[in-house]
Amino acid sequence: MLSIDNLHVRIAGKEILKGLSLEVKAGELHALMGPNGAGKSTLGHVLAGREGYEVTAGSIEYDGQDLLALAPEERAAAGVFLAFQYPVEIPGVNNTYFLRAALNAQRRQRGEEELDSMQFLKKVREKLAVLHLKDELLHRAVNAGFSGGEKKRNEIFQMALLEPKLAILDETDSGLDIDAMKLVADGVNAMRDASRAFLVITHYQRLLDYIVPDFVHVLAEGRIVESGDKTLAQELEQHGYGWVAQRHIPGAAAAGAA
Amino acid sequence: MGVLLESLLPDASALALPARREAAAALLRDGLPLGREEAWKYTSLRALDQRRYVAGDPQAATRSVDAAAFDLPGIDGPRLVFVNGVFQAAASDRPEVAGLDLLALSEHPGALSGLLEDSAAGARADAFVRLNTALVADGAYVRVAAGVQVAAPLHLVFIGAPADADLAWQARLRIELGTGAALRVVEHHLGSGAHRHLGNLVSDSRLADGARLELLQLQDVPETSVLVRRSTFRLERDARLVATTLEAGAQLARHEFRVHLAGRGARFESRGVFVLHGRQHADTRLDVWHEARDTACDVAWRGVADERARGVFHGAITIQPGADGADATLTNKNLLLSPQAEIDSQPVLEIHADEVKAAHGATVGQLDEHALFYLRTRGIAPDAARRILVAAFCSAMLDELAPAALRERLDGLLADRLPSAMESQP
Repeated sequence: MLSIDNLHVRIAGKEILKGLSLEVKAGELHALMGPNGAGKSTLGHVLAGREGYEVTAGSIEYDGQDLLALAPEERAAAGVFLAFQYPVEIPGVNNTYFLRAALNAQRRQRGEEELDSMQFLKKVREKLAVLHLKDELLHRAVNAGFSGGEKKRNEIFQMALLEPKLAILDETDSGLDIDAMKLVADGVNAMRDASRAFLVITHYQRLLDYIVPDFVHVLAEGRIVESGDKTLAQELEQHGYGWVAQRHIPGAAAAGAA
Repeated sequence: MGVLLESLLPDASALALPARREAAAALLRDGLPLGREEAWKYTSLRALDQRRYVAGDPQAATRSVDAAAFDLPGIDGPRLVFVNGVFQAAASDRPEVAGLDLLALSEHPGALSGLLEDSAAGARADAFVRLNTALVADGAYVRVAAGVQVAAPLHLVFIGAPADADLAWQARLRIELGTGAALRVVEHHLGSGAHRHLGNLVSDSRLADGARLELLQLQDVPETSVLVRRSTFRLERDARLVATTLEAGAQLARHEFRVHLAGRGARFESRGVFVLHGRQHADTRLDVWHEARDTACDVAWRGVADERARGVFHGAITIQPGADGADATLTNKNLLLSPQAEIDSQPVLEIHADEVKAAHGATVGQLDEHALFYLRTRGIAPDAARRILVAAFCSAMLDELAPAALRERLDGLLADRLPSAMESQP
């Protein structure tokens, strides 16, 4: 479904991703871990199509298309969803209005019939029930004045409603208490199926107790330095990121020894 | 002398009343403000000064206008309709409402000359008030008796209708609320078709002790026309003015909004927004004078300019000596949607009293790129995303307007004025 090959990305002249390659197939859940500054969020933004990120080499293929050639809204319509690490507050735009605008914009682009407000509300209620969210969320402005936990829940709610094929969660667990994190995990687990893929970007192993990954990758210095199954995440938790760095980054071992 | 004044005042000495003759003489002597006057710093009248107009519209009474053009949801009370500045009884609706007097000034020449004498003293040097005083023949006189709270909203419609020539019309509006009286007024400016008229409305409202005026000013005239307005309000003890102002139309719109908080405890709340595109120019000049103790004002305006439009917001609050305990807030936020658009925001605060609370702030910026990206990642195309964000920015100023259907109508009107790719609603 997603095939990233030797991706190099620069921001403001500085190279952040330096040859990242990753293969994600339908039905799989990949966890991408790594220390701060490794380039995890950069990957999420590049996949969603943020401006200001210069791809200097490599390619990203999604569902047989060149993902980098698509505008952000085209990627969304094609089934790519990014749950933001810092969801944006949009005062004055009602959440329900926003969600319906988004869902119908995607359906239009895919040549599907738009949902009328009755059909839309029915779908919204189903998703709210699955995620144990309150109606109240619908009547507020998008993320405006939301707590950190509420913003993340709203991201998961959007994901549930938009039903993407590839969902990228960018540190959705950061700043969440255990209850909120379980809710995020429930939202992801409820959607896992053979046709959908997830890329879960996280700094901590904790979330992976609730969302069990098929694969775990460690990103350091702009590329994936180690891949494995869920046990890799547990090893990282025990040894810390320094352990990976010492094994894979030239010079890091010497620096560590000194 | 400019073409404009030549065309409108060919023989000032023939005017009927001394007040008119004095105003015309002063205007012909001083002309329009074309120099470096501070009050006209951002608006040039040079092009207007060279335009030729016909004074008034002798056929106004027979021009037909479609009421559907100015019907507003929930605004179902008495209605006075002025076509090219002339009262049209047939299009108006003046039901008997106890305690409410509604006069068309053309039907009450005595009331009109009284207003002219009154304003001649106070009008001082403003060219458009002089022009109005010299030539005005119609308008509305609205009185609410002490203690009367009028429930039905009063709809004042000023509609420009196409004519053979470019017309300059003058109108007066006087609103007087007695002690403890209350009234809701919609002052509505629009056109029944494309025209290039110059409209000039001078209004003057007096709120006695404890009176309350709720005012919605809706300006949506054709983008080929010019509209000049001066609205003055005097609030006595504990009187309250709640105003919502929306400026969407006109090639050139000049609006002076002047509030005197003359009595202790008087309070003024203002929400306003202008949305401009093309080569529209809107200049709003809001002045508030705190003249008594414990007076309050709360002013929040927003502006949006796209393409080559130019918006000006001058908001000045003066707290005069002795107005201790005054509480004043003014904010002005603006959005530029194009590199050629311009908005000048000029907040001014002058404090000559002690123990006052005063805050003001102004910003001019662009749309939030993060918000735009966020909407796009959810599938919303850039044009639609821009529109959603701009509409939300504007409609925040209409939040407290009732009923909801009226608010939605105005939201829709603003959305229609936003340029580029106005797609259907989701």
